[in-house]
Amino acid sequence: MIVSIASGKGGTGKTLVATSLALAVSKHASIQILDCDVEEPNANLFVRAPIESAEPVYIPTPQIDADKCSHCGRCAEVCAYHAIAVISDKVLVFPELCHGCGACSYLCPESAIVEANRQVGVVEIGYRGNLELIQGRLDIGEPMPTPVIRKVKTYADRQKDVVIDVAPGTSCPVVEAVKGSDYSILVTEPTPFGLNDLSLAVEMTRDLGIPCGVIINRASLSRDNLIEEYCRESEIPVLLKIPFDRDIATLYSKGIPLVERETRWRNAFLDLFDALKRGQLYVAYNA
Amino acid sequence: MNEIVIISGKGGTGKTSIAASFAAIGESKVLADCDVDASDLHLVLFPTVVDKGEFWSGKKARIEEGKCNECGLCQELCRFGAIRDFKVDHLSCEGCGFCFHACPAGAIVMEDVLSGYWFVSETRYGPLVHARLIPGEENSGKLVALVRQKAKALAEEKALKYIVTDGPPGIGCPVISSLSGAAMALLVAEPTMSGVSDLERAVGVCNHFGIPAAVCINKYDLNEEIGREIERYCSQRGIELVGKLPFDEAFVEAISKGVPVAEYSKGSIRNEIERIWETIATRVKKQ
Repeated sequence: MIVSIASGKGGTGKTLVATSLALAVSKHASIQILDCDVEEPNANLFVRAPIESAEPVYIPTPQIDADKCSHCGRCAEVCAYHAIAVISDKVLVFPELCHGCGACSYLCPESAIVEANRQVGVVEIGYRGNLELIQGRLDIGEPMPTPVIRKVKTYADRQKDVVIDVAPGTSCPVVEAVKGSDYSILVTEPTPFGLNDLSLAVEMTRDLGIPCGVIINRASLSRDNLIEEYCRESEIPVLLKIPFDRDIATLYSKGIPLVERETRWRNAFLDLFDALKRGQLYVAYNA
Repeated sequence: MNEIVIISGKGGTGKTSIAASFAAIGESKVLADCDVDASDLHLVLFPTVVDKGEFWSGKKARIEEGKCNECGLCQELCRFGAIRDFKVDHLSCEGCGFCFHACPAGAIVMEDVLSGYWFVSETRYGPLVHARLIPGEENSGKLVALVRQKAKALAEEKALKYIVTDGPPGIGCPVISSLSGAAMALLVAEPTMSGVSDLERAVGVCNHFGIPAAVCINKYDLNEEIGREIERYCSQRGIELVGKLPFDEAFVEAISKGVPVAEYSKGSIRNEIERIWETIATRVKKQ
């Protein structure tokens, strides 16, 4: 089963939930965690898996063979991203705009374009016990996270259970990370910001046809109703509540996994994962 | 006019709380919400929309059934796995147009995509430019550029001194688009292990694009040891530390009440945010 952890709003506790699930399950069974928040990969701060191998992520970008090029301008015309410009007898390539679609090299009538790999990030793999960590890291200054996310996801093993840590927001990198999941857990907080961004994330998962449930982090009795009411109306289950608690926040700040400190939290996340796997998605839990 | 962009790398560190507070404190400014796929500033500023428009950006391929002879070339060429069974998956299509140009039957059309909406509004603190990316859509960077362009035009028209921009999390395309050419970036950090890692990457992006940066530590007392580590990091890198804010429920309460925290909390929190605003406003004026 592939479970993605998304949120809309940043800083609601996606990494906390993703690593808690993965670490709790790994005590009993093998599981993968895919860190697809490649702009800010943080899962391994909690998992602490020694990295054993790394693979660079490339985008194939055009290189012009000046001897063959007739400056016809076809490449610039077909490039949807304006990554190529032909000015009289010169061809300019702007590699950071290139998505690596390959149209220019295929369509060049002179076969004057070959593709060269340009590195935009790296995928790293590590193990801790039953837990396999695969994390992507976008190079600083690179605008496009999606090729790195795509590469991370090629490591997903459908035979195993997989937890995916997703970037905040609801735009293309989030869709890339979430699509193909069997279930999405949306982590939110009981504030108007949390609610607004949750509703956008729900819209996205519904577009993708992925069932979802909600975890309320920094829960507080006086405020939870805001989220609970929305969830009731939208027929989305509230899976778990994690209270607004300074001790939990402090553990998080130190990179100490909650589930390794407190058995009741380990059990809560284990129960949650079991319920997800059994398809009991509409049960509300309270640790 | 000087543009101050608030970013953080990590989500949920308090960017919007600080941007809303600057709105309440600062004189002579336009506000811009560049977190276009999870924008929240409007939830504290309650804007009245005075002008709005659609944001059409990019294209998606569509196969015309009657013309397609099912040769399968498009499927073979598409590097984004967006074509299956002679149908285009809207969410995977990157709009490169490779299939459109290559199709021997001329059966593929490229169609414009409505990706979102932009708004120019009035608020009790001055004009606000904001936007809403449709969940799952691409080109958030271009929508950010559009928001900034409109904010700049408004600042010039009304002869306002500052643009205060609430930026997106991460380090990818919308962040780069929010930063380019700005007078200064205010980085909101939190004293957690994730916060430190993400701060370093955000500083990396500012350096990469030559944007002067200053740091403010939010939730400082959550982990004072890591707080001091951030202070040391800033002084080693010659990055000005402009202020420290406490881990205080006032931030959550203010959001819940729909007011900027600097207005909700009249005491030390407001004073500190005022000091931060004075420091950076003075600094950008000198540049």
